[in-house]
Amino acid sequence: MPKAVIMDYGVGNLYSLKCALSKVGFTPLIGLSRILLKQADAVILPGVGNFSAASRRLTALREYLVNLAKGGVPFFGICLGMQLMFQKSEEGPGEGLALLEGENTRLPRSVKVPHMGWNTVVVLKPTALFENLESPFYCYFVHSYYPVPSDGGVIYAETIYGVKFASVVVKQNVFGTQFHPEKSGSAGLKLLENFLNFVKR
Amino acid sequence: MPLTKRIIPCLDVDHGKVVKGIHFLNLREAGNPAELAKRYSEEGADELVFLDVTASPEKRKILMDTVERVAAEIDIPFTVGGGIQSLSDARAVLCSGADKVSINTAAVERPSLITKLSETFGRQCVVVAIDTKRRYEKERGKFTVETKEGGCWFEVYTYGGRRPTGLDAVQWAAKVEELGAGEILLTSMDRDGTEKGFDWELTRSVSENVNIPVIASGGAGKPEHFLEAFTFGKADAALAASIFHYNKYSIQFIKRFLKDKGVEVRL
Repeated sequence: MPKAVIMDYGVGNLYSLKCALSKVGFTPLIGLSRILLKQADAVILPGVGNFSAASRRLTALREYLVNLAKGGVPFFGICLGMQLMFQKSEEGPGEGLALLEGENTRLPRSVKVPHMGWNTVVVLKPTALFENLESPFYCYFVHSYYPVPSDGGVIYAETIYGVKFASVVVKQNVFGTQFHPEKSGSAGLKLLENFLNFVKR
Repeated sequence: MPLTKRIIPCLDVDHGKVVKGIHFLNLREAGNPAELAKRYSEEGADELVFLDVTASPEKRKILMDTVERVAAEIDIPFTVGGGIQSLSDARAVLCSGADKVSINTAAVERPSLITKLSETFGRQCVVVAIDTKRRYEKERGKFTVETKEGGCWFEVYTYGGRRPTGLDAVQWAAKVEELGAGEILLTSMDRDGTEKGFDWELTRSVSENVNIPVIASGGAGKPEHFLEAFTFGKADAALAASIFHYNKYSIQFIKRFLKDKGVEVRL
């Protein structure tokens, strides 16, 4: 089974993500070291914690991670993990991995923040992640910030909450979802399974 | 399509078994937590809440192995509460697979805990549960609401509904938001287990005075009650226990009913 390394850079629940990844057929490993990353068939940037704190904890591995991604290892960023694949965030100082160009900005004041609950994901164009999923589908969101990609071409799905934002981004082997697939019932599991199939290719 | 209204089954757990009482008392058994959690997750629950209802009154820690078993069975968000006193209690619960922690007694006794949790784990992780009873005797400085039964305010209770605090629920809700709470789980003890409907006058009073999601709880007996909580009560989510445990209505049935009435739900 392909090994998925979950980067442990924050505080919070990684257990559910681990369970969901094993359910779809990954061998999940949790940690924050090169030794672990050497075995990675895929790298998961999970959605727990704060941008600045996570950025700090990733500093030592930054170059290594960027090279892995450039070398073609599939990456999957969830929520904050997706935001960390961009350059910067309004949430606080620190650098993202810059695998994608753009910055993260705060949701508008006109709506209750955090955006918490089930919202619609509207597919804009096909990608391996959306195999056997019918648009629109519901996924679970918990976030206060969202990425604004410089290149609109990386946006594969959108969601509306006070503003229309990118809920799925894809660039070659790099995937990101603003929602939590591990918390999104059968649609979320399908997405992770599709990611597994991409990794196996 | 906007953000949907959430339907949240609640598992009140006592020593590893799901129980349900009336007005927080006379607990009787209603099943196995992991089995019920799995069933609800498959039936379309939007989230689950797990409350160790006797942890706080008995001053003991939450049952971590039960939390883990539930977390492994479900793929929807999961809140755990009961007896959480500190950052390390919260961390243990989150590491066992909970997405959010719910605090109640500890929040009243040490409000700074709300801020600490919020700063450590993020606001979205922190649910403050507020248990309340109506008070019809007038008191100066309380947020008073005119209801069908007369003017009343809502008093906050702690220790699983055993101890009145004198705190006003509406004012306390605004305070916990300011301290860093990400969500409020608002229970009417008057309605708990009665299946007579949510106290939507309570829900509305709180919802109109905070800017974070409010979960209505206590009294769900039929689909119309959920509609009242979302329309009159302005709730963001509604929680129920007995109506689901005893198979009176399925989650899907309630969601379809709401959808027909124009409420956005995930089907």
